[in-house]
Amino acid sequence: MNSSNSRRAFLFKLSVLLNGAVGVVLAVPILGYLLGPAWKKRSSYDSWVALGSVSEFPEGETRLVDYRNPVTTAWDGQTGNVACWVRRISGQQFQVFAINCAHLGCPVRWFAQSKLFLCPCHGGAYYADGSLASGPPPRGLFEYKHKISRGKLMISAGEMPTLATEACAKNPLIQLEPAPKRPA
Amino acid sequence: MTKLKQRSIEVYDWIERRLGLAKPVVEAAEHPIPASSASWWYVFGSAAVVLLGLQVITGILLALVYVPSASDAWNSLQFLNHNVTLGWFLRALHGWGSNFMIAIVLIHMTQVFLFGAYKFPRELTWIVGVLLLLLTLGMAFSGQVLRFDQDAYWGLGIGASIMGRVPFIGALLVHALLGGPIIAGATLSRFFTLHVFVIPGILLASVGLHVWMVLRLGINEWPMPGRLVRKATYEREYQELVRKDGVPFVPDAVWKDVIFAAAILLAVIACAFFFGPFGPTGQPDPTVIQTAPKPDFAFLWIYAVLAFLPPSLETPFLLVVPVVLIGFLLLLPLAAGEGEKHWSRRPVAVLMVALIAVTLGVFTRLGTYTPWSPIMDAWASDPVPAEYLRGRTPLERQGALVLQDKQCRDCHSLGGLGGLRGPALDSIAARMTEDQITRQVLQGGGNMPSYGNALNPSETTALVHFLLTLRGQNLTPAVDASQRLTQH
Repeated sequence: MNSSNSRRAFLFKLSVLLNGAVGVVLAVPILGYLLGPAWKKRSSYDSWVALGSVSEFPEGETRLVDYRNPVTTAWDGQTGNVACWVRRISGQQFQVFAINCAHLGCPVRWFAQSKLFLCPCHGGAYYADGSLASGPPPRGLFEYKHKISRGKLMISAGEMPTLATEACAKNPLIQLEPAPKRPA
Repeated sequence: MTKLKQRSIEVYDWIERRLGLAKPVVEAAEHPIPASSASWWYVFGSAAVVLLGLQVITGILLALVYVPSASDAWNSLQFLNHNVTLGWFLRALHGWGSNFMIAIVLIHMTQVFLFGAYKFPRELTWIVGVLLLLLTLGMAFSGQVLRFDQDAYWGLGIGASIMGRVPFIGALLVHALLGGPIIAGATLSRFFTLHVFVIPGILLASVGLHVWMVLRLGINEWPMPGRLVRKATYEREYQELVRKDGVPFVPDAVWKDVIFAAAILLAVIACAFFFGPFGPTGQPDPTVIQTAPKPDFAFLWIYAVLAFLPPSLETPFLLVVPVVLIGFLLLLPLAAGEGEKHWSRRPVAVLMVALIAVTLGVFTRLGTYTPWSPIMDAWASDPVPAEYLRGRTPLERQGALVLQDKQCRDCHSLGGLGGLRGPALDSIAARMTEDQITRQVLQGGGNMPSYGNALNPSETTALVHFLLTLRGQNLTPAVDASQRLTQH
């Protein structure tokens, strides 16, 4: 008897096929669960965060500001806090830089005397306006989109900025959008 | 007594009749190996397994207390260090065990490479071994993340930033790595899962395969210059060698493994006892930016390489070189599966080992003192040496103040103190003229930012005049040769 054509062989193949189908059905929710955070629409992470009233930022100075990430869980603890550098150029003109160096994400520090941001990891340096001064970073500091609303400085934040997840991808570096005219 | 003995044998027989493991285990233990392989050079593989066992046991014990939550992990480590009886020692054992395991795995790999043991028919053993190396490094990195401190936090930032450089799917990879938009609770949970379930599972299974193949194919014989491996004849020659000149693995060879394993365990225990656990360093609070993050020892060389790559080459380098290196290791036994095994007839292999060892050593050394990083507080903590101020004019002394105040010292050293990012300034005036110094300060260049915006004209004048007094051991000042030509 030809075993490869027997009823048992057919049933065996059928059982394998059936399990393959079940496997696919099972794989869809598993992959969906696993890759959920990755597939999520990126724009859904960002929202407007208030950094404080405009008057808190002296003109011509750059200050470190902390905010709570718009989306956190109860067990995020301190890691849900984010720092950023706020530069008030004059009047309503602001720049808000991410703390993360554009090279590999380490926290840059502002040195008011030499008007430089310096990175402790690999020595990236940026000028006061966030543009690249020297070192290995491939670009200037990441900048958050910002606006002034009812006298408060707001930024659009929610993601750790990297070269692929820039704080605001469209705005070219340094270029300041004219601040929206709102009563201070 | 004889009755008890009789009873024990009965129980053993009862179990063995059902289990049937004793016979194959005894056979495996007593399998003959070439007498030349019962050597002290062949002890590293078993030592790696012993260290893996130590890591599993200490890891399970640490998991009794550790809390894999971003808000509490750091506190639970402090609790382990200070409140749990001998918690510090268990953490130290696990940390030092990890360092020793990486070292032993690398030594094992080097020995196998130099002895040509990856050649036919042991190609797949090598390939699984490469996988084991990567898994070991994966354990080291994920373990460093579980020590959820400042270094772990910013190390994740570096990982995410590298992922962000991948074209097209960069954002997807960043979010998959972090488990969300930022480094937070989900990130730690992911790495906990990797470190405790996923990687150890694959690691233990791969070790099983690796050892299974070693038993099945026989341990590599001590290579002899001129005795070439040929696929057609090797297995017969090996059988012949083992038949003529073989010794049972247990006990003739195993005692060296056992003694070495004991020595290694003692070394881990001694390091753990005398040097203590690693960290945790500062809390994983991203708003505390007074930090200079650094990876663990095994990854320092990568950290150093990342400081030296030109920006335009960095992304291709990061994405291509690891693939090429791992691909090379995986394909090595397939491309060079036959021929000479002995190191004395394989100069390229020996040179490669030397080159890789020197490269890793140099970059690791550089990683320990990071000369490319500015020293962030040098300007406020390292004074200008007094002899550089003696007999100077008021303008020159004012320049010394400008040098400190404008943070030049963060990157430039004076009298051996200060950053190493830029050249030491002790003899700068012997290398550069007044015009050159002024230009360099104001416009920057060659890795120096321009200070035109940070200095007013009088500060610049004072600074340059001070720098012109720095001529080392009274060296001749630098001169502009073209100026002298035009004067004649």
